[in-house]
Amino acid sequence: MPGSVGIVEAQRAVFEQPFRFRSGAEIPRFELMYETYGRLNAARSNAVLVCHALNASHHVAGSYASDPDNVGWWDNLVGPGKPLDTDRFFVIGNNYIGGCFGSTGPASVNPATGKPYGADFPVVTVEDWVAAQARLADHLGIERFAAVIGGSLGAMQALQWALACPERVRHSLVIASTPKLSAQNIAFNEVARQAIMTDPDFHGGHYYEHGVVPRRGLRIARMIGHITYLSDDAMMEKFGRVLRRAAPGFDFDVDFEIESYLRYQGDKFSTYFDANTYLRITKALDYYDPAGDFGGDLSAAFARARAAFLVVSFKSDWRFAPARSRAMVKALLDNRRIVSYLELDAPGGHDAFLLEDPRYHGALAAYFGNIEL
Amino acid sequence: MTRPDLEAIARWVAPGARVLDLGCGDGSLLKHLWDNHQAHGYGVEIDDAEVLASMRNDVNVLQLDLESGLALFHDASFDYVILSETLQTIHRIEQLTREMLRVGREVIVSFPNFGHWRDRLQVLLGRMPVSEELPHQWYDTPNVHLCTLADFEDLCARLGARILERAVLHRGRAVRVLPNLFGSIAVYRVTA
Repeated sequence: MPGSVGIVEAQRAVFEQPFRFRSGAEIPRFELMYETYGRLNAARSNAVLVCHALNASHHVAGSYASDPDNVGWWDNLVGPGKPLDTDRFFVIGNNYIGGCFGSTGPASVNPATGKPYGADFPVVTVEDWVAAQARLADHLGIERFAAVIGGSLGAMQALQWALACPERVRHSLVIASTPKLSAQNIAFNEVARQAIMTDPDFHGGHYYEHGVVPRRGLRIARMIGHITYLSDDAMMEKFGRVLRRAAPGFDFDVDFEIESYLRYQGDKFSTYFDANTYLRITKALDYYDPAGDFGGDLSAAFARARAAFLVVSFKSDWRFAPARSRAMVKALLDNRRIVSYLELDAPGGHDAFLLEDPRYHGALAAYFGNIEL
Repeated sequence: MTRPDLEAIARWVAPGARVLDLGCGDGSLLKHLWDNHQAHGYGVEIDDAEVLASMRNDVNVLQLDLESGLALFHDASFDYVILSETLQTIHRIEQLTREMLRVGREVIVSFPNFGHWRDRLQVLLGRMPVSEELPHQWYDTPNVHLCTLADFEDLCARLGARILERAVLHRGRAVRVLPNLFGSIAVYRVTA
């Protein structure tokens, strides 16, 4: 029977050297939050790095003694006897640089001013996240990962690892992702950013000093995000046109279930997520384009990769549709890389990568099971 | 591997070759080719359960629909493109055959021979054939394009493809006399 990794504890890695971002900006020191599950073997060959997407964190699996209801975001995948089996693998979750769950980010204190960085925190990129994670890997004494895995934005990191540190990754699992955003994807991100930046409580990104949070903007940004994570069919099936009250109110209170859901998600998000981090994550998404330095030639960009790949897409995902994953598969085939590709007819939309579909989890279990340690 | 056509195919594949197996099922041919010929490559399969079985067999498998062509594959990027016992289920056979000839230096195809005497006899008696090789009833079959040896050779001629080798089998044995009448499985190796 698959089980839970049980009670876990978050850890903090401290780096007292400067970190230089892709933009050229620099910070004098940084910290990264991480959690580990399972045991690193003597050969140090069984480490798997899990990269998170937009709103998740280093808390991938298990729960905290002080907060037993706070179960890790990918707990259905990671644990003893689960597809990413912690009896075999040493699994590492991390919160990326610029995040808001304890890793150095916009809410951290800027040593130069003694105040939170706020708007002065550099714009982060997927390349920066991977560079910082590489420092974490050094810190943990891991020269080479058995695998790096992620979904969506997390998958961009798994891909970037294979491109930036080809000798340090044996397998890259790229799920529900894309090698670059489309104009439509960037458009949704821009609406989210505008919602945050035009909130009167934003104060140019220095809201911490004013003791406020641009909650209205964050809320709308999250609502927009949620629309893109679900498919039309999934949303219709989950909410339909069900009314929250006996009859239409002919006013602007909540009529439909879907309105209630979006408001709830938006409210919840705005209480725990940092607006400056949100702005930076959407920029990281927008900027990511490994083919950019190769005249748009993805095959040329992938020539550096040495890892074996598993690419997974979901047919109902219109945010990062299967055609984007197939473009990555083609680039890998052009380079004669080892690759398997799953295109699942799953209903969950973009969020399907977080759900427990037996075909999906069966394939991941088979893939991880075949990784030799 | 128990299917006789797969044994014939495996005999033709040179050691160390790059292989693309279209409709690879559970990946057993690719696994056999890797274990015995160090020939490596990829399988293409659309069925979820077969894709999973291929992954469990540690075969590189790509979940794609053959009907939409082989756009992911470069010209002449494989030594062999294999289509075993799948031809008869394809809607756009001419297009796929052209694509196979583009992607592979050689193409290996196996299919049930509709010219076998028992199939002919059943049609003569007024029934759609049901046999070992064609076990489905007419109303419940994945097969959409059945053909005979002569038909397939016509298609090759039409596409300008050269037939390099042919094996005709019945119950695992080679058929040399009147193959289009006594063979139930045909295996061809062709090139552009």
